[in-house]
Amino acid sequence: MSGHDLAIVGAGPAGMAAALEGVALGLSVLVLDEQDAPGGQVFRAVEKAAGDPALAGDYATEGTALVRAFRAAQGVEYRPGTTLWHVDTETLRLSLLRGGVAEEAEASRLLLATGAQERPVPIPGWTLPGVMGAGAAQILLKTAGAVPAGPVVIAGQGPLCWLIAVQLLRAGAGPVTLLETTRVSVATAALQAGGLWAGRRLLLKGLALMREARARGLRVVRKVRGLQALGEGRVEHVRWENDCIPCGTLLLHEGVIPSTHVTRALGLDHRWDAAQFCWRPALDGWGATSHDAIAVAGDGGGIGGWEVAVATGRLAALDAACRLGRIDAAERNRRAIPRRAALGRAVALRPFLDGLYAPAPEVLAPSADDTVVCRCEEITAGQVRAAARLGATGPNQAKAYLRTGMGPCQGRMCGTTVAALIAAERGITIEQAGVLRPRAPFKPLTVGALAGLAKDDTA
Amino acid sequence: MYAQRPEARPATVEVLVDGQTVRVPAGASAAAAVLVAGLPALRSTPIGGAPRLPYCMMGVCFDCLAEIDGVPNRQACMVTVAPGMRIAPQRGARIARPGA
Repeated sequence: MSGHDLAIVGAGPAGMAAALEGVALGLSVLVLDEQDAPGGQVFRAVEKAAGDPALAGDYATEGTALVRAFRAAQGVEYRPGTTLWHVDTETLRLSLLRGGVAEEAEASRLLLATGAQERPVPIPGWTLPGVMGAGAAQILLKTAGAVPAGPVVIAGQGPLCWLIAVQLLRAGAGPVTLLETTRVSVATAALQAGGLWAGRRLLLKGLALMREARARGLRVVRKVRGLQALGEGRVEHVRWENDCIPCGTLLLHEGVIPSTHVTRALGLDHRWDAAQFCWRPALDGWGATSHDAIAVAGDGGGIGGWEVAVATGRLAALDAACRLGRIDAAERNRRAIPRRAALGRAVALRPFLDGLYAPAPEVLAPSADDTVVCRCEEITAGQVRAAARLGATGPNQAKAYLRTGMGPCQGRMCGTTVAALIAAERGITIEQAGVLRPRAPFKPLTVGALAGLAKDDTA
Repeated sequence: MYAQRPEARPATVEVLVDGQTVRVPAGASAAAAVLVAGLPALRSTPIGGAPRLPYCMMGVCFDCLAEIDGVPNRQACMVTVAPGMRIAPQRGARIARPGA
């Protein structure tokens, strides 16, 4: 087993940029990627799909450029199709799963660039076949070129809703209806957050996207409340307070939250982000965590989008090179100047977006008792509230009461909702209710895979 | 149901979804093949027997658990199709000792 200077988990924009910066500084870099090709979710399958006219834009241009540079980089060992399921935090021995076989790797430093997941949107009927995340539909378009047949309803809010609407319409899907749940006015968000001038490039892109969506026939309904998915065996209608329409595919989206499953399992310090309504690992300006050999870059450290991810990935690699003695602090700081400038430009619009698209309390903690919140164990909001009344003080206690977080997803889909429901029921904040502490293996693995690892050790 | 767009992504890889032959583009996931095949459900839940299809497509929700090439409980959205791959639904809870 050969040790690398830097092991990076995830080959999205943050992981790829960190790898490029790392090898440029002379580090040996190992990149572990759960996907079978670099790109992360935002540039997913870009090597195969960049020519799809429905996906034109940053995806085709910037995504292709970054992945090409990553593929061409000398000194990067790229291991696709590889899942990290344990980290020994003393030795940084990494336990991996590739093609159903367990293996290990070692590194002097670890950079987690595990990205984001869509915020769970627990509405009545969201477990019905035909209901998916908006990001899921986009992944399907990127990886398979496929689009929903029949009427599509996108429900929720955030830039991705408009992007996927445009991409689906370009690809010939439809009719497409956007049920927007935004409660805050653009003027209010702008006044409170500012940043519109500094973030004007992104803002103009967004406005162009909205214009294209309308020109392509997107129907938009504003200030939607009380969403429900209805149907026998699959979604057939979407209902809200004022109307009910037929629906073949319902795409839910209330923004994305950092994937903190691994950082929480490692026991790193986390902070509640009151602007983004999510937990994020506590990081310094270089992405360093509370563990002196582990850093985080990209959306896994707080939602910023792919340009922020590139900048934070590069900064984390600079810091890794400094801590490994390849460059001194002065050199690190000097090289960081253009990266920090890029970061500043990329984050400028974020406070406005966070304010405008803040999720409603109903999204965080659904009011109807029979709404399923834990999809794996089929536990409802009412059951979680009852557990809170019986004494469950947070998601870790609720797990023992109800098994929420003990199904195959290990709480990835229900953890935030369970915490919010308990907080509301007990009259405490979500931050006080706390966050699920997952355990290794970070993803389920078979006893057979584990046994294969033991054979290696005795050989 | 999902529609393919052969003009953008030619379907070149043939797989079996619940015994039915489906062709999907190279690089697609087993979960994508299930959606393209139009299967009404990929699994029924162990608790309530409710039908499910893939939800997140990015390895988070585990609603796409399927039997792939004879191995149960695989995340179909994290498995890239290969020629001849057999993707089969999972129904309800697994019987620990069949026939016992």
